[in-house]
Amino acid sequence: MTVHKLAAAAAALGLIAATTVAIAQKTSTEAIEEYREMLQDGNPADLYEMKGEELWKKARGPKNASLEKCDLGLGAGVTKGVFVQLPRYFADTNQVQDLESRLVTCMSTLQGIDPKEVINGQWGKGERANATALATWVAAQSKGMQFHLPQSQPQERIAYEMGKRAFFQSGGSHDFSCATCHGEEGKRIRLQDLPNLTKNPGDGIGFAAWPAYRVSNGQMWTMQHRLNDCYRQQRFPEPTYGSAITIALGVYMGVNAQGAKSAVPTIKR
Amino acid sequence: MKKSTLFTAGLSTLAVAVLAGCAGNSSSNLPSNAELDAMALKMEQSSFHDKGIVKVKEALTLDDTLRACDAAAVAGHPLDPATAKKLEAENLKAIQWPTDGKYLGDWKSGEKIAQSGRGRTWNDKADAANGGNCYNCHQIDPKEISYGTIGPSLYHYGKLRGVTDPNSPQAQEVVKYTWGKIWNAKAYNACSNMPRAGYKGILTQKQVADIMALLLDPKSPVNQ
Repeated sequence: MTVHKLAAAAAALGLIAATTVAIAQKTSTEAIEEYREMLQDGNPADLYEMKGEELWKKARGPKNASLEKCDLGLGAGVTKGVFVQLPRYFADTNQVQDLESRLVTCMSTLQGIDPKEVINGQWGKGERANATALATWVAAQSKGMQFHLPQSQPQERIAYEMGKRAFFQSGGSHDFSCATCHGEEGKRIRLQDLPNLTKNPGDGIGFAAWPAYRVSNGQMWTMQHRLNDCYRQQRFPEPTYGSAITIALGVYMGVNAQGAKSAVPTIKR
Repeated sequence: MKKSTLFTAGLSTLAVAVLAGCAGNSSSNLPSNAELDAMALKMEQSSFHDKGIVKVKEALTLDDTLRACDAAAVAGHPLDPATAKKLEAENLKAIQWPTDGKYLGDWKSGEKIAQSGRGRTWNDKADAANGGNCYNCHQIDPKEISYGTIGPSLYHYGKLRGVTDPNSPQAQEVVKYTWGKIWNAKAYNACSNMPRAGYKGILTQKQVADIMALLLDPKSPVNQ
């Protein structure tokens, strides 16, 4: 079924490519709308969810253990509702962690998997790909739930302040910051709508939309991956996987999106 | 290398700082804004690593203009007019005017440069020609329907400003302003979102002249 839907989406992509110049704007807009509707029909993210669930329950790693005792914030083994409360502070690591960095902690402590395999790994490969599948499955357990990140711990409030500063930090050859593209309402790059991430951009938009399946490259992208590519386009150096700035930005966007309903996993262009 | 240690250091160093910081923001029990700023700087330095042609040190070293604009944005208010004026004057002084006196090149090349968003990411090569990224944010030639809206529409740019002959004395003010804006946008608006294409070495003098022609040449599709 998914293969069939993908083919339809690919055909729609071709349609857009064919309608660049010379054709009236209305026609192209309609074609794009049609393509977007088609995207809603079937989401290959299902496959990553299935892989993630399997990885969660399977005994793996040097310690030959599953992740079923992993505490993602609401107690050992709880997966429903955790995603809409992350990033949050964890006493055992004395850190604010997002879903992915917390999964890496559990893979390390419970299974004995070296965090470096994820942190220094490549997208779509090895343990980093496993972390992506796990994050997709865990996040999907909170579909339709509203974001309400905790801000009761001082570390969480500081992380918000750090995230705000990171959001407005310019740099690189082009002087871009996150705010250049995501600081105002109703803007777009080319035809791509840009959510305003300084406030709640709405249900299933912005922070409430990732992990997402990207049709254009056939990849499942987590928030870590999304931020990584934003920084690439910003002409910044590469943020280290799970680094403090990526988590602080998660807190900033997540707290700003308070009340927004998660649509994760979504499907994107 | 150091990536994994950075990861475990992560946001915990921030936690240590907060427990020590009693001087803080009285309202929320947080460290003072100055302390938070210093912590953010430290976090930024430790969160990135060099990749390809993009180096941490170079990319995160900010000039006075960016520092002032970022601080105002974090505080949630516009930059104070006096500082803005001073920074705009500094950026204006840094504009390099065409050494051959030629402000306008070829609009057809300009269109290609305006279309390209390439260059200067960690995937790009150092010697590759950079694009202008213009259509990412601006409407220009109306035939291109895939344009962004972060910047204003530039359709009829020269026509709307009454430029019928870019070489005429009457057109000089608009011509010079347009060159300056492309070369260093922050000379006219200190906290402009627009990259400083010439000043930061993104585009060459010739490329800027070609984009100038796209905007100002009466024969350019922009002015039809």
